[in-house]
Amino acid sequence: MSTVIEVEGLFKRYGEVTAVAGVDFAVREGDVVALLGPNGAGKTTLVEMLEGYRQADSGRIEVLGYDPGSAGREFRDRIGIVLQESGIEQNLRVREAVEHYGAAYSCRLPAADLIRLVGLEEKADAKVKTLSGGQKRRLDLALGLVGDPHLVFLDEPTTGFDPSARRKSWEMVEGLTSMGKTILLTTHYLDEAQHLADRVIVLSKGRIVADGTPDSIGVGPPSTTVRFKTADPTSLPRLEAEPSVEQGKVSYQTVRPTALLHQLTGWAVEQGVELEGIEVVRPSLEDAYLSILDEEKGREDG
Amino acid sequence: MKMGDLRLVLVHIRHTNRIFWREPLAAFFTMAFPVMFLVLFGVIFDGEVRGVSFAQFFTPAIAVFAAATATFTNLAIGTAITRDEGILKRVRGTPVPPWIYMSGRILSAVWTAFLAIVLMFALGWILFDFVVVWRNVPAALLVFSVAVATFSALGLAVCSLVKTGTTAPAVANGIILPMAFLSDIFIPLEDAPSWLLVVGDVFPLKHFAAMFGRAFTPPEAAAFMGAGPVLAWDRFAVMAAWLLAGIFITMVFFRWEPRGGK
Ligand SMILES: Nc1ncnc2c1ncn2[C@@H]1O[C@H](COP(=O)(O)OP(=O)(O)OP(=O)(O)O)[C@@H](O)[C@H]1O
Ligand SMILES: [Mg+2]
Repeated sequence: MSTVIEVEGLFKRYGEVTAVAGVDFAVREGDVVALLGPNGAGKTTLVEMLEGYRQADSGRIEVLGYDPGSAGREFRDRIGIVLQESGIEQNLRVREAVEHYGAAYSCRLPAADLIRLVGLEEKADAKVKTLSGGQKRRLDLALGLVGDPHLVFLDEPTTGFDPSARRKSWEMVEGLTSMGKTILLTTHYLDEAQHLADRVIVLSKGRIVADGTPDSIGVGPPSTTVRFKTADPTSLPRLEAEPSVEQGKVSYQTVRPTALLHQLTGWAVEQGVELEGIEVVRPSLEDAYLSILDEEKGREDG
Repeated sequence: MKMGDLRLVLVHIRHTNRIFWREPLAAFFTMAFPVMFLVLFGVIFDGEVRGVSFAQFFTPAIAVFAAATATFTNLAIGTAITRDEGILKRVRGTPVPPWIYMSGRILSAVWTAFLAIVLMFALGWILFDFVVVWRNVPAALLVFSVAVATFSALGLAVCSLVKTGTTAPAVANGIILPMAFLSDIFIPLEDAPSWLLVVGDVFPLKHFAAMFGRAFTPPEAAAFMGAGPVLAWDRFAVMAAWLLAGIFITMVFFRWEPRGGK
């Protein structure tokens, strides 16, 4: 499969701040890549360099075979952009906006379909200024897709969506993926990254600190947590690990959860102790993400 | 230029028009202000010289002012606000070439200027006996074309230099209103000190007003006033110089992203 985005040794500084500090990566056709990272990590700066809005200080960028900084009309005809922040004419109606912003693309999706796809059919004749924040964001999404792009950049596309709108937009993105489109999205919602992306890149202070599938991104052996409540935590046995108690909840960390559960439940039945609300928790992307950032912070401090 | 590009320019003219007329404030200032001046002047200067009504002189002058507002002021303020709102940034991410977007904005402003002139003439005719000197209409159209090009370029130049849409109205009006007083638009400057006349000559509005006004001066009055030909090349030269300056400033300083941007 061909490479759609290729970035080498990318740097971007704003005065004292180095927003992007030496980034290398490549994205292949059909990939869905989620860019994660705390506020100010450099996600928007990176994405807007790929879109051609900002010029890099040094490094090489190639997107769809173009240098975005100098590419023109054909390049923009093949990409779709949802910016983190941008405006729409307040007095335009939703349908008019979709039709107007679609006019310049050589290939465009029918306005009515697109409006239905983002769930704005009831607002199709409403003016932009009457839309709620989340509804306006959905219109942003529609305008980013109106040109039937090969490559889609989504900078925090679902910020401000209610849970059902988010689910719906996930289905939309999945629809795009099944059509073979390449997607680069940034998000602060780890469940979103986990759900949509086949690859997660974590950015911290302008550097890539982790890059892999959502499941592989946690470093070290994946340790599972067994958690429950009980009346007298002090009486608990030491199994293969010491139990830890936090806010009245007991938890064991283990890499062999089946064996641990067997021992624990055996002991509890024997002693007539109830393990209230017992749960087995696999490490989530969120845990992995937070621990990566913690580690990164520790490395800097140390 | 391809057919598709032409169609896209038309799409953008219509789009800009639509937004303009849905924004009551801009439309009000562009159309209602000159109408107000016209009516006031008509009431105050009610009379005639040698069978030619005063309206014959002030109607074209106010039409010129309306055309300058419709292009210069509107493009300066409107484009700056559009930039502040992040709309220009969005446009820049689509395949619309910058020249097509700008043509749409400019031609929409020119269309508004044309409508404003027609409105002033119609009101002048209905209310105050203004008559169109049809023989000079082609010359007037030529003057109009060069003038609106100049004022459009200058409007975009102001937009390129101001930081935000909040400062644009102060800057644009701070330029056009004094310029109007120096350009024989509101008051004839016959008795003004000569240096003031020279200052007026430096700016393009006076030459627009002079040629446009001359085009609608009936032959009998023109002879009486000793006026020269309708088209004066030195006047065109001043406008052309400002046109080039406006284009140059816009090409160098125009930004598509909100200020404080990248
Ligand atoms: N135009 C600019 N001028 C000066 N500094 C900037 C500019 N744009 C970004 N920065 C700085 O660069 C760093 C990265 O910003 P960026 O917007 O890329 O972060 P982000 O990862 O997108 O954050 P968020 O999650 O909040 O959107 C920040 O420290 C920011 O202050
Ligand atoms: Mg951002």
